[in-house]
Amino acid sequence: MDISQVLTPDGVRVQNVELDTYLASVTADDVLSLYRDMAVVRRIDKEGFSLQRQGQLGLWAPCLGQEAAQIGTARALRATDFVFPSYRETGVIYVRGAENRDFVGTWRGETNSTYDPYRINTATMQIIIGAQTLHAVGYAMGITADGADDVAVAYFGDGASSQGDVNEAMVFASSFKAPVVFVCQNNQWAISEPVSVQSEFPIAGRAPGFGIPSMRVDGNDVLACLAAMRWATEHARNGHGPAFIEAVTYRMGPHTTSDDPTRYRDEEELETWRRRDPLDRVEKYLRAEGVLTDDVAADIAAEADRVGTAVREAALTMPNRAPLEVFDHAYATPHTGIEAERRAYAAYLAQFEGGAS
Amino acid sequence: MTTMTMGKALNQALRQAMTDDDKVVLMGEDIGALGGVFRITDALQDEFGAGRVIDTPLAESGIVGTAVGLAMRGYRPVVEIQFDGFVYPAFDQIVCQVAKLHYRTLGRVKMPITIRIPWAGGVGAAEHHSESPEAYFVHTAGLRVIAVSNPQDAYAMLQQAIACDDPVIFLEPKRLYHTKGEVDLDTHHTDVAPMGIARVARPGTDVTLVTYGAQVKTALDAAEAAADEGVSIEVIDLRSISPIDYETIDASVRKTGRVVVTHEASREAGVAAEVIASITERCFDWLETAPVRITGHDIPYPPSKLEKQHIPDLDRILDGVDRALGRQNSMTGVEL
Ligand SMILES: Cc1ncc(C[n+]2csc(CCOP(=O)(O)OP(=O)(O)O)c2C)c(N)n1
Repeated sequence: MDISQVLTPDGVRVQNVELDTYLASVTADDVLSLYRDMAVVRRIDKEGFSLQRQGQLGLWAPCLGQEAAQIGTARALRATDFVFPSYRETGVIYVRGAENRDFVGTWRGETNSTYDPYRINTATMQIIIGAQTLHAVGYAMGITADGADDVAVAYFGDGASSQGDVNEAMVFASSFKAPVVFVCQNNQWAISEPVSVQSEFPIAGRAPGFGIPSMRVDGNDVLACLAAMRWATEHARNGHGPAFIEAVTYRMGPHTTSDDPTRYRDEEELETWRRRDPLDRVEKYLRAEGVLTDDVAADIAAEADRVGTAVREAALTMPNRAPLEVFDHAYATPHTGIEAERRAYAAYLAQFEGGAS
Repeated sequence: MTTMTMGKALNQALRQAMTDDDKVVLMGEDIGALGGVFRITDALQDEFGAGRVIDTPLAESGIVGTAVGLAMRGYRPVVEIQFDGFVYPAFDQIVCQVAKLHYRTLGRVKMPITIRIPWAGGVGAAEHHSESPEAYFVHTAGLRVIAVSNPQDAYAMLQQAIACDDPVIFLEPKRLYHTKGEVDLDTHHTDVAPMGIARVARPGTDVTLVTYGAQVKTALDAAEAAADEGVSIEVIDLRSISPIDYETIDASVRKTGRVVVTHEASREAGVAAEVIASITERCFDWLETAPVRITGHDIPYPPSKLEKQHIPDLDRILDGVDRALGRQNSMTGVEL
């Protein structure tokens, strides 16, 4: 299967019959704004990484190298669409309107979800590989039942494509014509396993077997990702059912801050992909267009720094929750078991100075 | 009051719940035209349409996982798992997603999902069709687990489960589907006792016999037989096995001082272990003898010709009652 591209790694805009239709209205300033988001997200990612190294976060899952796939696809969405991300979608939740603390609260271990899913129409990030794809399909079935024209979007990795849930999600989506878009970010690795362990055949090639049209795009090309997502959402929004995008990209960092990629991949491979860096090509393109001047670049860098600093500040000032909050929200309605446990633990804590709060 | 089978009562409960709230949708395998393999959803698709009574693909994780998304969109899915033994492929979605989303999101996302499971044995079924998986779910915080024992409870509690903002594992004993009983269809479920209050199914003074589901019938039969011998057994139908209503149990144990807990699920780390540990903590000073468990064996569910050896019957329960009473019994002189 071909990998569709509209911006070459050298920043040259090339024709693409399929994708160009979806990019007709895109101006150089629009591209600049995509670039701005990518630069900010790269900076947030860097901050998250350092915060973990400094012991401020328990873990961090870097999205370095995947900014184009995330920003390009997410920017094609409406606010009322609903997104179901995995743990690596820092760029996606940034576009959805995550606040500074939302990037770090969960990794710091303060809460399992830092944002209200309904505030940014984005589900809590998912750790169970592939589980969220079914949630997206169910949500999309609800959209249909409501007679609305929103779409649900599931983000997942190449490893996830092997999971039963992802395959079940495609069956449900296809059978019920659910307005859902599957976005598989094929970043070549599932921790230490190369994509060839999950699939010898391009992942996008599977979807048509479920009756789902698919597209394989250059995941490091933000314009191609934007266009593909416009194609997919238009398809789903207009009642034609699910669509599938495989964004072929690369995870330039480790799987998480606990991982050591030098044990399983070589520097040469990394170097190849460094030459396809998603930000570089946009920068080259915008410089050639004359839109990205040194002044603008400095302005973007300053904004990225400002956000990075704010994220750090949010991590460092995050309040610890009161001990008894450990019992909160286990149930939505009164539950005698947990209430008895809460009373017992409160009595235990009350023996100590300060008591329970 | 109307006399009907438990299956019919469940069907009426679903119909009422769907009429009361148009966000209630049913999902499952074969629940449409066929009405489910046990006919619990009989005629509901004709009445409410294929959009609300959804025949799903044959994929249990898919059924529960899409129910999660529907719940996030404001629906109240009622999922039918075709048989107890087929809930395992959905286990991940139930324990990692359904049970936890409210907690994970600090209460912002509700999971009003009811998972109905035709449950347990005694019907001579094939392998994987007679499982008692309740302990897995009872052990999972965030879930409520209901086990019904009669048509009236089935009717009221299924509606309560559907109206509940928490996820409910709703266990329907297969061997009671055709058992008849009185059902009050005119009383709204909000007017009856809240879901999960235990019921004293038969009052007594000598021994407290705690159980749930289809074992309630066996326990009542045992109590009847014991009465002939002058032993007064109080039978408690838990109805909810998460949470468990200890107030009702405590009151009984403080009266009788003797406890037998019975269920057909295997013994190890089962519900009886939990109930007895809690009784021991709460009522130690009232206990006259050690509490007794009469359960299924710690074996995979046996082939149907042997299931009678597995499911505790009246005699095994009475043997346990003798133990609780300190009388001669099968364990006298037996080393454990
Ligand atoms: C069901 C499940 N199995 C295993 C894991 C452990 N695990 C976490 S991430 C990961 C690799 C996932 O790879 P992929 O889907 O390609 O996503 P990526 O991390 O590359 O974005 C594994 C095995 C998990 N979180 N969930």
